[in-house]
Amino acid sequence: MGKHVLLIEDEPNISEAIRFILTRDGFRVSCHHQGRDALDVVRAEQPDALILDAMLPGRNGYDILRDLRAEPATAALPVLMLTARGQGRDRELAEAAGASGFMAKPFSNAEVLASVRALLGQT
Amino acid sequence: MKPPRQPVFVAPPIYRSRRLRDAARFVPVLGAVLMLLPMLWAPEPDGARSTARDGIYVFAIWAGLIVATRLLSTRLDEDTPGSGPDED
Amino acid sequence: MPFNLLVLACLAYVAFLFTVAFVADRRAEAGTLPWLSSPLVYTLSLSVYCTAWTFYGAVGYAARSGLEFVTIYLGPTLVFIGWWVVLRKLVRIAKTQRVTSIADLISSRYGKSSLLGVVVTLICVTAATPYIALQLQSVALSFSVFASDTPDGWHLPDRDTTALWVAGGLALFTILFGTRNLDANEQHHGVVTAIAVEAVVKLVALVAVGVFVVWIVADGPADIVTRIDASRLAGWELVPGRWAGLIFLSAAAILTLPRMFQVLVVENADERHLSTASWAFPLYLAAMSLFVVPIAVVGLEVLPDGSNPDLFVLTLPLALDQGGLAMLAFLGGFSSATSMVIVAAIALATMVSNHVVMPLILAFGERKGTEPGDLRRVVLLARRLSIAGVMALGYGYYTLTGGSGALAATGLIAFVGVAQILPAMLGALFWRGATRTGAMLGLGTGFGLWLYTLYLPSFGQGAVIAAHVFEGGLFGLGWLRPEALFGISGMDPLLHALFWSLAVNTLLFVGGSLLTFPSPMERLQGARFVQAFDQSGPAPGWSRGQAEPEDLLVMAQRILGEDVALAFFQANARAQGKDGYLPDITPAFMNDLERRLSGSIGAAAAHAMIAQIAGGASVSVEDLMAVANETAQIMEYSARLEAQQDELTRTARQLREANDKLTQLSVQKDAFLSQISHELRTPMTSIRAFSEIMMDEDVPPELCARYAGIIHDEAIRLTRLLDDLLDLSVLESGTVQLTLRTASLRDMLDRALQAAGSTRPERDFALHRDGQAEQVTVSSDIDRLTQVFINIISNARKYCDAEAPALRIVVRRKGDQVQVDFIDNGSGIPKPSQALIFEKFARLTDSAKAGGAGLGLAICREIMQNLGGSIAYLPGQGGAAFRVVFPATLVLPIGGPA
Repeated sequence: MGKHVLLIEDEPNISEAIRFILTRDGFRVSCHHQGRDALDVVRAEQPDALILDAMLPGRNGYDILRDLRAEPATAALPVLMLTARGQGRDRELAEAAGASGFMAKPFSNAEVLASVRALLGQT
Repeated sequence: MKPPRQPVFVAPPIYRSRRLRDAARFVPVLGAVLMLLPMLWAPEPDGARSTARDGIYVFAIWAGLIVATRLLSTRLDEDTPGSGPDED
Repeated sequence: MPFNLLVLACLAYVAFLFTVAFVADRRAEAGTLPWLSSPLVYTLSLSVYCTAWTFYGAVGYAARSGLEFVTIYLGPTLVFIGWWVVLRKLVRIAKTQRVTSIADLISSRYGKSSLLGVVVTLICVTAATPYIALQLQSVALSFSVFASDTPDGWHLPDRDTTALWVAGGLALFTILFGTRNLDANEQHHGVVTAIAVEAVVKLVALVAVGVFVVWIVADGPADIVTRIDASRLAGWELVPGRWAGLIFLSAAAILTLPRMFQVLVVENADERHLSTASWAFPLYLAAMSLFVVPIAVVGLEVLPDGSNPDLFVLTLPLALDQGGLAMLAFLGGFSSATSMVIVAAIALATMVSNHVVMPLILAFGERKGTEPGDLRRVVLLARRLSIAGVMALGYGYYTLTGGSGALAATGLIAFVGVAQILPAMLGALFWRGATRTGAMLGLGTGFGLWLYTLYLPSFGQGAVIAAHVFEGGLFGLGWLRPEALFGISGMDPLLHALFWSLAVNTLLFVGGSLLTFPSPMERLQGARFVQAFDQSGPAPGWSRGQAEPEDLLVMAQRILGEDVALAFFQANARAQGKDGYLPDITPAFMNDLERRLSGSIGAAAAHAMIAQIAGGASVSVEDLMAVANETAQIMEYSARLEAQQDELTRTARQLREANDKLTQLSVQKDAFLSQISHELRTPMTSIRAFSEIMMDEDVPPELCARYAGIIHDEAIRLTRLLDDLLDLSVLESGTVQLTLRTASLRDMLDRALQAAGSTRPERDFALHRDGQAEQVTVSSDIDRLTQVFINIISNARKYCDAEAPALRIVVRRKGDQVQVDFIDNGSGIPKPSQALIFEKFARLTDSAKAGGAGLGLAICREIMQNLGGSIAYLPGQGGAAFRVVFPATLVLPIGGPA
């Protein structure tokens, strides 16, 4: 049974692309497009991993991440940050907020796959 | 230029030297008056005056003035250099 | 008494005097003459006041007018008794200012005026001439007494030649001992000593005759009194006017006679000698006067009627067979005459060379030769020539007047002449308000009046002034009669002249001084003179020295001589702490140098010479103004500095503000860039992702088509974004090229609706238009304007969330302005966002719905600005409403868009 990956991304095309890649690789992917209620969705779905876009309508990804890390239930949740702002600062920000991984857009599909696998302890 | 303010009460030596200088200024005036006095004497009815009498008078005054000046000058000599401001 | 013996004795006496003078000079140079520093010598030298007039003429005066002769000596007595008041100040000032003569005093005080120096010199020479003639006459007379057996006999040719010999001899003596060198203090020690000797001889002689008369001829003082009462002289007439006037006149004379100034002031070695002289000199005068009446009385008794009483001093001993006494008397008379002439000649020569010759030399300023000592020689030569000249004048006067009139009268004429200097002198000493103009006026008129009323008439009626002038006045004006000015006749001529000349003199002096304003130099000198006893004097005079010390040294050497000048300079240099011979040109040094030089050539000449070299006069109003100017400049400069400082602070603040703004902008730019980056990367991500997916083989074909479509759409989106960005950039930078065309608004709207129709084509909008109002001809950049319309309509199609969407387009015309409103029936845009929507990348809803980058409205705003119009959100319309305003006819400014 594939692991459950929750994808929170507001761009539909990107969301679709990632879902396709991960699903093809055997993951179960669910998507969400809002930042506002992202926390609730995470708590509700309790995924094995989370792919979080930095820029979300309603709430930005870093804040969401920090909140997740604050909660004991999701403190250890593997989280991959996605961002279209490609500056080095963003990587530091992501790490400071508690991201387990960081990916800049545009990304190579293979890299996304590899990262998710790594996050979930698979090779 | 204003002269420096003079104190009202000064030491006796300064007072004395100032009075000495006043005397030095006064004596010539006195002398002038005395010498001009004969002008005031009413002449004799015929307009002539006694040469002898006037002569003795003049020379007597003359001698007196000399003596007075001698005394004053000696005192002033001792008194001066640099003792107090002049009141010139 | 054999004549030859007399001549021999005379020559021996003269030789003795020469020796004394020579030795005294030598010892003075060596500095070993303690006798000179004795007040006794000083007092004795003052006896030059008692000339042959005293020696001979007093007796004659007494014989004629009784006691009146005493007035001549009472005046000086009073002046000396009151030494503390006038004499002391006079001597002090002369010492500090290095005054060389009375002309120098006046000239120096009144602004170092050369002209005044000349005038005073002229007065002195004119007045002294008859006086010198008088002395020559006395000597000649006294010789002639011995020459003939009868008391009054003389041989006219002999007399003149005698006088000539005497004049010549005196000139020689004076030149020899009076002009050996230019002493900085103008002190002639040899001469002074000789004069002192002569004073003793005079006194001894007269007293001897007197004693002889009182105790030998008569029987003591009581007998003399009896004889007086019994004689013609028992009664005398005291004319009050003459009594007071003559006392005043003699007092004035003792101060203003050049020879008296010379011995009293210039030759004074120590101020303290004055206090001795204050009583000792009146004593001398009293002694000289004491025996005058007895001699006169006895003479009248003994000698035959008609004898010249002026010569009683000689003729009486002779008549009584006292040859020795007579010779002593002769020597006494000789001494009296010669001492006067010598000192007068020196004084006059100094004045002439300092105030007439030196200015002339300076005026024709070329420096002849550069050897040091040059100028000295000139000055000494001038002195010698002056001495000779003065003698010549005296001799000339003597021959001209032929010895007419009593001796006494001549002397008094001279007295009135020099008395003209008195007002200016007293003003110089005591009145700071005395000015040069006042002095000039006073001196000038006094001199003139004296000449007219006394001097010229003394030559006799018709000699200089025509006889008719005496009768009828000048130009026939009765009130200008020389001896009865302004109709006041019947006055004693002497008193008349004295009164008028001095009155007018003083009046004009005071009036002139009050009405004129003195120059800075005058005021400086005025302060120095009047406040001579103050400890702190005013500041030094030379304020700017542009002189080279070498130039000054050369000049000083020419005047003082090489050694003296070098020594002086060296001393000054050492005082300044410098080695060598050249001190720094400080104001103090210049002042010192000027004082030193003025001791030799007079204050005015010294001042002028230094001014010539230094290039600038001592403190002048110009100088003061320059200093004030400098101060003003400094103040202005520091004010400017302050202003600059203020400006700098302001600029710093502005820079800081600009920096803050730049930082802000930079931040904004960073935000913008990252925003752009985000906007660009997002479609790129889709493109890349799906491309990669499609590159894998196991993608079902329908997904492939779909994915290809997504790629396509995203590519287009990207392109559009890039276009928009470029557009915006161009619009913002103001370098956009506008294409002017003309079109109908209606056509534009049609096109816009059609183009925008591709946005959300599935939605069906109800359109409300006003065809009539849309009939507007627009002349502008039609394409861009249409682009704006397209943007707005697309937005409406995207964001209008009404169930039955409708779009209303309202057109209004206001003058040249066209107003187009686009109103939909959706929920509108909430108030907080109404301004935000025009910002770049502002998107109200999630990008999914928008599909654009959020630049649309920003572009619209820029376009409208470029077209001279505006776009704004129109609130309160129910739905979202945008108002576009633009001029129907766009007028482009030359050189670019609005």
